[in-house]
Amino acid sequence: MRQLLTGNGAAAWGMRLAGAEYVPAFPITPQTEIIETISGWISSGELDARMVTMDSEHSMLTAAGTAAATGVRVFTATSSQGLLYAMEMLYTVAGWRAPFVLVNVSRALSSPITLEPDHNDVLAARDSGFLQIHCSTCQEVVDSLLLAYRLGEDERVRLPVIVNLDGYYLSFTREPVILPGEDVVSRFLPPYDPEETQFRAKDPLSQGVAVLGGSHYSYFRYETHYASQNGLSVFAEIGREFGDLTGRFYSLLEEYRTDDAEIVFFMIGSFATKAKEAVNRLRDAGQKVGLLRPRLLRPFPEHAIAAALRGVKGVAVVDQNISFGKGGILFAELASALYHIKERPLALVSFIGGLGGRDISNAEFYEMARVTAEAAQSGKIPPPRLLYTKEELARIQGLKAIASAGLHKEQ
Amino acid sequence: MFRIRFHGRGGQGMKTASRILGSAFFLEGYETQDAPRYGAERRGAPMFAYVRAAKTTIFERGIILRPDLVVVADESLLLLQSAGVLADLAEHSLLLISSSHSPEELQKKLGMVRPLLTLSMPVPKDIFTSHPPQSSACAAAAAQLLGLSLQSVRQALHMELSGLSDEKMAENEETANSAFLQMEPHRGRVGEQPETGSVSEDRPSWIILPFEDARISSPAIHGEATSLLMDTGSWRSLKPFIHKEQCSRCDLCHTYCPEGAISFDNDGYPCIDYKHCKGCLICLVQCPLHAIEAVQEDGSFHNNKQGDDQCDNS
Repeated sequence: MRQLLTGNGAAAWGMRLAGAEYVPAFPITPQTEIIETISGWISSGELDARMVTMDSEHSMLTAAGTAAATGVRVFTATSSQGLLYAMEMLYTVAGWRAPFVLVNVSRALSSPITLEPDHNDVLAARDSGFLQIHCSTCQEVVDSLLLAYRLGEDERVRLPVIVNLDGYYLSFTREPVILPGEDVVSRFLPPYDPEETQFRAKDPLSQGVAVLGGSHYSYFRYETHYASQNGLSVFAEIGREFGDLTGRFYSLLEEYRTDDAEIVFFMIGSFATKAKEAVNRLRDAGQKVGLLRPRLLRPFPEHAIAAALRGVKGVAVVDQNISFGKGGILFAELASALYHIKERPLALVSFIGGLGGRDISNAEFYEMARVTAEAAQSGKIPPPRLLYTKEELARIQGLKAIASAGLHKEQ
Repeated sequence: MFRIRFHGRGGQGMKTASRILGSAFFLEGYETQDAPRYGAERRGAPMFAYVRAAKTTIFERGIILRPDLVVVADESLLLLQSAGVLADLAEHSLLLISSSHSPEELQKKLGMVRPLLTLSMPVPKDIFTSHPPQSSACAAAAAQLLGLSLQSVRQALHMELSGLSDEKMAENEETANSAFLQMEPHRGRVGEQPETGSVSEDRPSWIILPFEDARISSPAIHGEATSLLMDTGSWRSLKPFIHKEQCSRCDLCHTYCPEGAISFDNDGYPCIDYKHCKGCLICLVQCPLHAIEAVQEDGSFHNNKQGDDQCDNS
């Protein structure tokens, strides 16, 4: 049955359908509704799970990792500064090779402080060992939760997984969602069997032990890298299986009207659906434009991306993040994936947009397509471009005049 | 696609209104999207919510520009620029404003030529304990203007307000019915608009952001007391009024005021800075002599920026 659910509601339902038994929790905007929903179900008796409110996200991730090591199915969720506060434990528990699912509701980072989304929070966890699934609709949120447990628990992977959804644009936005039935879930996601990796009191185990000298360390770290890379073929496999059961197929990439496309938007997250709207209008006007959206960011599906971009003339990379001193993170990732490909696109053009939830208008998508097509034709690649208008500059100047009033007075 | 914006204040139920309308569309077979934007996330502070509905998959996201219908829960919001009620309106955008005035009176009062409709709400029995169910009324009136059925609205009410008591539910249904009937002459007046502008629409006025050094470009406020520039008094729906004749000058209201909005006049009586009093009424609760009364705000604040400030020595 279809029903209207927010992205946060869909995440809670994903946890419930997956049968997660333990939820260490700490609230933060815009994630809080997930925790509220789950605790509501537990207190009304609808859901049999154990929720523990922790003193911080750092403790929350520690609890999640340790519980996962006992073989329990674990769910937890955070956002933004909370993810950063937990960061030490993200890296640590990933090395334990105990799978669980962490939902991150993207919210831009301090400073200055804000509430609306961009992807610098989840990208700060890029190298932690957690796999990353990025959602663009509320339907994808609930489905991705089930895919994430299956993916992380697979014996070829055994790593924790982040499912990312954008604050506001998904977290507080209701859309029609189909909840997978229990018959589907029981076939797709059987109970987790941790086999001999399970930690029990009667069967003690030292986790994350010390290794010195670098050699042993190298072994463990590179094994984790392999496990993450295995996630590509596992995801492709289970995405098909999920499709066979539900009719909703999940591949590594969403390829929207890319078949004969000359210009392609490359981006992740919910703003990608805005790009689809622009693609449709550009197609109406006879322009061959498409959208390529990786669902997985870790592992990075670089071969699939290179294949999907064969024959494409120009790529407009829209980064909803910024690596200070370098630029868009997706841009650098894409460029490195294409470097050795002979038939790579002629132009990769970098756009930084949607920081802190700043809207990207249709007119801006049209302009990005135009600039990229021009670059592909002329071979002259423009420098990275922040999506920022004359009017926006005038507004911040007005605010700065107020903010600096006292400064000038004292001087 | 239909694009509807609801404007209200925190606590007036416009998020719920957007959900009721979203569900009513959904029940009639539309693809639907509804979402709130909370603004300052405080009771009385301006917020808005929006609904999109179409027969095909909706790819648009985020705030609505060029709305077909703008529903306003509180006419005083029209005078608050920060509420953004009149932002990004298209020529065809219709305003529906909850108000006791007629459309003509309100146009005159606001100095507006744009066509608008008004929705009159029942007067609350007691401003403290009873609020008219604005969310149900606004959603039902909007549904009528959009050509949706009363049955869908009623079903949506039950979906969105399932936690209410039978009595409250009945009150909501009754208010929704009467709001729906009020809009009967305008049924279906808001039509579905085509997809957003074509590729030939204006190009964005992008600029290259200039470098400015840290003295200018760090997010710091050097000016003192800039928060005084924020008229947070406009968030108030109930206004505390001090009856000096009952006041013993005990100082409790001043001590408990979380906004620092209470000071003393030359005779030592407390007086309220209405430009910044948010109307939390903690002073009223604390006053041992019941010398503070809650008065319904009527929007007159906006005509006189200082309100009727009780501090004559300020």
